[in-house]
Amino acid sequence: MASGNREPFNNTVVEWIDSRMPIFTLLNKEYGVFPVPRNFNYFWNFGAIAGFMLVVMIATGLFLAMHYSADTGLAFNSVERIMRDVNGGWLIRYIHMNGASFFFIAVYIHIFRGMYYGSYKKPRELLWILGALIFLLMMATAFLGYVLPWGQMSLWGATVITGFFTAIPFIGEDIQVWLLGGFAVSNPTLTRFFALHFLLPFVIFAVVFLHIWALHICGSNNPLGIEPKTRQDTLPFHPYYTIKDSFGLLVFVLVYCVFIFYMPDALGHPDNYIQANPMVTPPHIVPEWYFLPFYAILRAITFNMNLYFLLGLVMLLLLLVDFVWRKKPVYLSAAGGLALLVVGGLLVLTGFTGDSCQRIDAQWLEANVGFKNMCGTLQALPGMSAEAAPISAKLGGVLAMFGSVAMLFVLPWLDTHPVRSARYRPLYRVFFLLLVVVFLILGYVGSQPADASVAGVPLILVGLLGTGYYFAYFLVILPLLGRFEKAKPLPESIHDVVLAKQINAETKI
Amino acid sequence: MTAHMHTEHDDDGETRRDFMAILAGAFGAIGAAIAAFPLLNSLSPARDTLALATIEVDLSDIPEGSSKTVMWRGKPVFIRHRTPEQIKAAESVNLQSLIDKQTDEERVKKPEWLVTVGVCTHLGCVPMGQKESDNHGDFGGWFCPCHGSHYDTSGRIRKGPAPKNLTVPPYAFLSDTKIKIG
Amino acid sequence: MNATRFARLLALCALIGLAPLAVSTPSRASGGEEKPQDVQWSFDGPTGTYDRAALQRGYKIYREVCVSCHSMNLIYYRNLEALGYNEAQIKNIAGEYTYMDGPDDEGEMFERPGMPSDRFKAPFANAKQAAAANNGAIPPDLSLIAKARAGGPDYIFSLLTGYEEHAPHGHVLQNGQHWNRYMSGNVISMAPPLADGQVTYEDGTPQTLEQYARDISHFLMWAADPYMEQRKQTGLKVIIFLIVFAGIMYALKKKTWKDAH
Repeated sequence: MASGNREPFNNTVVEWIDSRMPIFTLLNKEYGVFPVPRNFNYFWNFGAIAGFMLVVMIATGLFLAMHYSADTGLAFNSVERIMRDVNGGWLIRYIHMNGASFFFIAVYIHIFRGMYYGSYKKPRELLWILGALIFLLMMATAFLGYVLPWGQMSLWGATVITGFFTAIPFIGEDIQVWLLGGFAVSNPTLTRFFALHFLLPFVIFAVVFLHIWALHICGSNNPLGIEPKTRQDTLPFHPYYTIKDSFGLLVFVLVYCVFIFYMPDALGHPDNYIQANPMVTPPHIVPEWYFLPFYAILRAITFNMNLYFLLGLVMLLLLLVDFVWRKKPVYLSAAGGLALLVVGGLLVLTGFTGDSCQRIDAQWLEANVGFKNMCGTLQALPGMSAEAAPISAKLGGVLAMFGSVAMLFVLPWLDTHPVRSARYRPLYRVFFLLLVVVFLILGYVGSQPADASVAGVPLILVGLLGTGYYFAYFLVILPLLGRFEKAKPLPESIHDVVLAKQINAETKI
Repeated sequence: MTAHMHTEHDDDGETRRDFMAILAGAFGAIGAAIAAFPLLNSLSPARDTLALATIEVDLSDIPEGSSKTVMWRGKPVFIRHRTPEQIKAAESVNLQSLIDKQTDEERVKKPEWLVTVGVCTHLGCVPMGQKESDNHGDFGGWFCPCHGSHYDTSGRIRKGPAPKNLTVPPYAFLSDTKIKIG
Repeated sequence: MNATRFARLLALCALIGLAPLAVSTPSRASGGEEKPQDVQWSFDGPTGTYDRAALQRGYKIYREVCVSCHSMNLIYYRNLEALGYNEAQIKNIAGEYTYMDGPDDEGEMFERPGMPSDRFKAPFANAKQAAAANNGAIPPDLSLIAKARAGGPDYIFSLLTGYEEHAPHGHVLQNGQHWNRYMSGNVISMAPPLADGQVTYEDGTPQTLEQYARDISHFLMWAADPYMEQRKQTGLKVIIFLIVFAGIMYALKKKTWKDAH
């Protein structure tokens, strides 16, 4: 292919190989002279760091697999044998265990960096989707891996998560039994989870390859969000970014090592040092920290979506499509839109309140007769009962959780603003940073018991509001910003900005 | 790779940067090697395996003329309490007639006790001869049923395809009736 | 300017690294239990080590008291080497226990004295027997207890010293239940296991409940995390290596980027 117009290498061995299979030419093209925007900040290190973590996880995982027994009778003790009897086993296991957390830290920063600087926008949509796919595969792999030590959280986490599938109408229970290979999380489950946990990292590896391929077709985005125009805007990948990435990686590994060697169990849950026991449920089941925001979204939906609610929701969605997503409404006039807003809003409110009435404390209702009467009226409406709701609270939660990950896949088409970087989009910047804060708050909500409250505010409400903002950010705020936000003027070129900064720095000195 | 670096600056800076690049490369190589060590080291026998690598055997329950088989490092070990006739037979063999030339003296610590690894040196079968009723081969010791190797009362190969005598494991007498193997 | 940016990034990394810590700390179910006391240990901190004498005293308490109900199935007698016992002492200790082994050549099970390669002798043959002997409450295995309870050794110490003779007014205890300030939900099936003077110390250490609780917690922390000392020592070397390496890389980066005009 590329062997036609390659330049010969001085080293005879390299040249011998390269003339037969131009792998060195390829490496030099993609990682040697490959032009990269010269203005990356340190947030651009996290792609390389995530790649490094994948390699670390595969390497340590391979050696752990050589000592691990995927049998419910042996699994827990085989992990403890690794910790106690296998030479250096404790180190390998702690690297792997904390590696999952640090892989997610790297990937979360990588994702938020991509969102802040608009790296998902044309022409990088496919690159972004491949990244979202990696994230999804990572979540699956991490979940499967957490089951393997066969502690209490392994068993009950797996029970809860495979329980999601029972929310599917009609066939849910059968699907769950099929997934588990039994009627509860048991030996067949553990064995297949081990096999899949071993396989998926290699699938991730393959998708990472595609991700990098796509990246090298369109080139990297950069903090300014404008494309490089001339040679002056870029630098060769080597040595500039090989060295910068190495430095960033070392700092990251330093923090990682502090956890491995000085607080190896800080990110885990004590209950997972208790052997799995199907007869005893831990009082408070929590997933690993990196799933907490999504877990909060799952638990935020505590109401059944009855016919009234869904009908109203469809109306509001119609409104969203016609008035928010389109530049000009096609189906609706302004008056029609207003009518739909009022009717849809009322229906959603009716459905939601009617369903919530079933859970309101009876004593409180007695004391508030007005509410009692309203609830009576609402619940008398046909189809208001929980059984008649097409989407139960459980299914609603599962849909919301998967929907929240799905948002990432469609993000390139929801954010229609032509400017990429948040540096030039003052409004977008505020809403995005708020999203990050909301995401962290959701993480906190997910870590707490479902009925907890902070300073008198029930966390269930915080979770619902956070979930609302999360979806509003993607479905409403981004399309609106795309139409109405006025961006700051963009610089002429990357080189101009870099030069101006250098001059600025020199005059300061 | 360094051929692609920019070269338009003074020599001094160039040398210092090259030196630092080499230093960084060395650190990277050392770091990778150090990181690889625990991975590879995890494959060598673990502590629980090593804890079973030496065993103690009580000999007091083996009457003269009979044998005991114990497991040691995953292999059977034959312990035989030899009779005076067996000892005499083992000691009086003409060394030149042996395939693997070893005196009986070299193979035992105390003449009454013969301790060998019960694995045929041909292809690794376990020879017969531990029980009274077993086939003891033509020389009163052991007989390997797989390919017909005959061992004598000192565990030496006398006839058949096996190239070596039965291996004597490292062992020591802790007392008159107790040995430690391994 | 680069330095401030770098500092900002470092701060961010630290924040992101620590955020999950704050989040993942499980808040206990809202019972009346107190938070474990903050006890000072010789193994605290990045250079902390176990105290051999305390470990041996703790093991003595386990052997004489805890073992009547609690197993430690993950620990072998050979592991006692880490407590400072020599081979002969370990052999003697193991030899005090009788183990069922077999089958022998005749197919019979037989009894033999324990060996260093045996696991700690468990008080009960199986979980059902343990439950039957303890009013249905299975005494947990103690091998990993210091890792399996939030608060670790602090919690164990607090629990052992946190018994109240009578439940506070308004609480009724069933037969076989006891009131403990630190137990989740305050009600515990284990009777106060330790009392002043119960175990004899040969090294002149005070024979008080508090000292006993300290020593057994120390021992159980070792049992759960036997490689802590090695881990911390290795960590120090690794971190020094990484700091030097990162320093070289930073200098190289500065030098390389200087001529990126």
